[in-house]
Amino acid sequence: MPDVGMTMIERILARKAGLASVAVGDTVTVDVDLTVLIDLQFATMWLPPLRIADPDKVAIVMDHAVPAPTIKDAAGGPNARKFAADFGIERFYDVGRHGICHQVIAENGLARPGEVLACTDSHTCAGGAYNTAARGLGPAEVYSILCTGRTWFQVSPTIRYEFVGELPAGVGGKDVFLHIANEYGDATNLNLEYGGPGLASIPLHDRRTIATQGAEVSADFSTFAFDDVLAAHFEALGVAGFEPAEADPDAAYADVREIDLSGLVPYVARPGTVSRNGLPVTKIEARRIDQAFIGSCANGQLDDLRIAAEVLRGKQVAPGVRLIVTPASQQVYRDAMRLGYLQDIADAGGVVTNATCGACFGYHMGVVGPGEVCLTSSTRNFTGRMGSPEAEIYMASPATVAASAVAGHITDARAEATR
Amino acid sequence: MSDQKLQANGRVWVFGHGLTTDDMYPPDAMKLDLPEAAKQVFYAVRPGWTDQVRPGDIVVAGRNFGLGSSRPVAALFRQLGVAALIAEEFNSLFFRNAVNAGLPAMTVPDATSVFRDGDIAEIDLATGNWANQSTQTSGVVPVLPPLVLEIIASGGVLPRLAQQGYLPAELAELLSSPSVAAAGQGSGA
Repeated sequence: MPDVGMTMIERILARKAGLASVAVGDTVTVDVDLTVLIDLQFATMWLPPLRIADPDKVAIVMDHAVPAPTIKDAAGGPNARKFAADFGIERFYDVGRHGICHQVIAENGLARPGEVLACTDSHTCAGGAYNTAARGLGPAEVYSILCTGRTWFQVSPTIRYEFVGELPAGVGGKDVFLHIANEYGDATNLNLEYGGPGLASIPLHDRRTIATQGAEVSADFSTFAFDDVLAAHFEALGVAGFEPAEADPDAAYADVREIDLSGLVPYVARPGTVSRNGLPVTKIEARRIDQAFIGSCANGQLDDLRIAAEVLRGKQVAPGVRLIVTPASQQVYRDAMRLGYLQDIADAGGVVTNATCGACFGYHMGVVGPGEVCLTSSTRNFTGRMGSPEAEIYMASPATVAASAVAGHITDARAEATR
Repeated sequence: MSDQKLQANGRVWVFGHGLTTDDMYPPDAMKLDLPEAAKQVFYAVRPGWTDQVRPGDIVVAGRNFGLGSSRPVAALFRQLGVAALIAEEFNSLFFRNAVNAGLPAMTVPDATSVFRDGDIAEIDLATGNWANQSTQTSGVVPVLPPLVLEIIASGGVLPRLAQQGYLPAELAELLSSPSVAAAGQGSGA
């Protein structure tokens, strides 16, 4: 049988649809390997299903509104607990074992190479860092997958990002993403694929930042190549038995874009969108800030907190600036506490919150007010995203946010470090 | 397939490019029940719009419509009685949410220049035909995959689940009503 060249995502979709190959434009129905429900699913009009496809292919993560900031959210908790008990859902990450679902998914090896993962949060594409076909889907669709174990996708064209060179010190995944978003703009109804010889120099936490933010350029799937870094990651977790998806040498791409990592510098996105709206930190205006935020599925990882702590150690947050740091999970919180990062952050005058989606989606734990300027290392700088539509949200890496919190205005962490 | 649920005919409201889910379903609205949350749609983009929109109206938007969260904005549109969405380009998650809520959605190139506020639009997803009755312009776009049309024709994914025995059968009709089907099983982000 003649093999048709496929991209990584086409390979996974074909496999899970039971087809030899798929092509752009095909609509395929696929088996979903893991369905992840979040707390919000249980807080509004929850209807318990009569039966579900497979309790072993379900996880429940309490993340967006925990501990509950509203009575409505509080009412969802018992619904989730009852559902988990009634259907024997063993992967239930309740408050205390909780975290932002994409972090919990990562820590527990739930996004597996070559598999399909569906979850009720738009940043589920984070799982693409692990060579997983992971998509955020609406609550009704995730509910449907919970019941049937399947869903459909229409195969979109794929853009390949080919990394070459090595990532310089002081430049992180956020900077890589903001550079790409600024250079190439939106990828609506397109898949993104990341690989190339430079990939080895991008640490896993930075890959997850990049994969997560595929949502902000409107992409469908974001998928990273499987390599030695991922192999070591899954070996350390004791996760085995998966089948990574490789891109064929003759795969057809809508575009192949080479990114020379060695030439990258820290980036800042201006308020409103990340798409064609950024500048190198050396060229951005030294805007005074009211709130600095480090957190979210994109940048609340242990390494993000380490980077922030290294910048903040022995320094003080500038008067008039609130620095809010939200670990991405209870596990990250505990590790960061053990390693002293939380002490450094709090000693510098930062506020460390419970693990939650919180301030990133403007719901609790750091909502911004009218006229305020926020510099965030989270997922979105859209108008109204973090609170008032009259607030301005700039976006940058955890290093840039931490250095700017100390300076009181947007600044280059590399320059501050030598001061 | 010539189901009425695949057709819409109504007065249009024309919006711009790059409208995000935060423009339509802001975080504060997520703390409210659906009828109250629906009053927040386009709260900053076009204040007061939710008092002006009438059942049967159609929302027209530009490129990258619905960028952002998984929160079910389609539920709010159905709550307001919006009959269909037309855009030059949809974010795929947003488009899927419309399909799964049984809200007809059609991609029409140049939609924001073809339509003006108050025009009467007519769409038929089964044939791909669209028309602006006010200006006597019309066109044809590619028809969506049969599976997608089936979901919309069912009134969304929840009534289908009731028909298939995953939800109590007696809920099937209730789940087809705009406000309930549109609620789409909780919220997302």
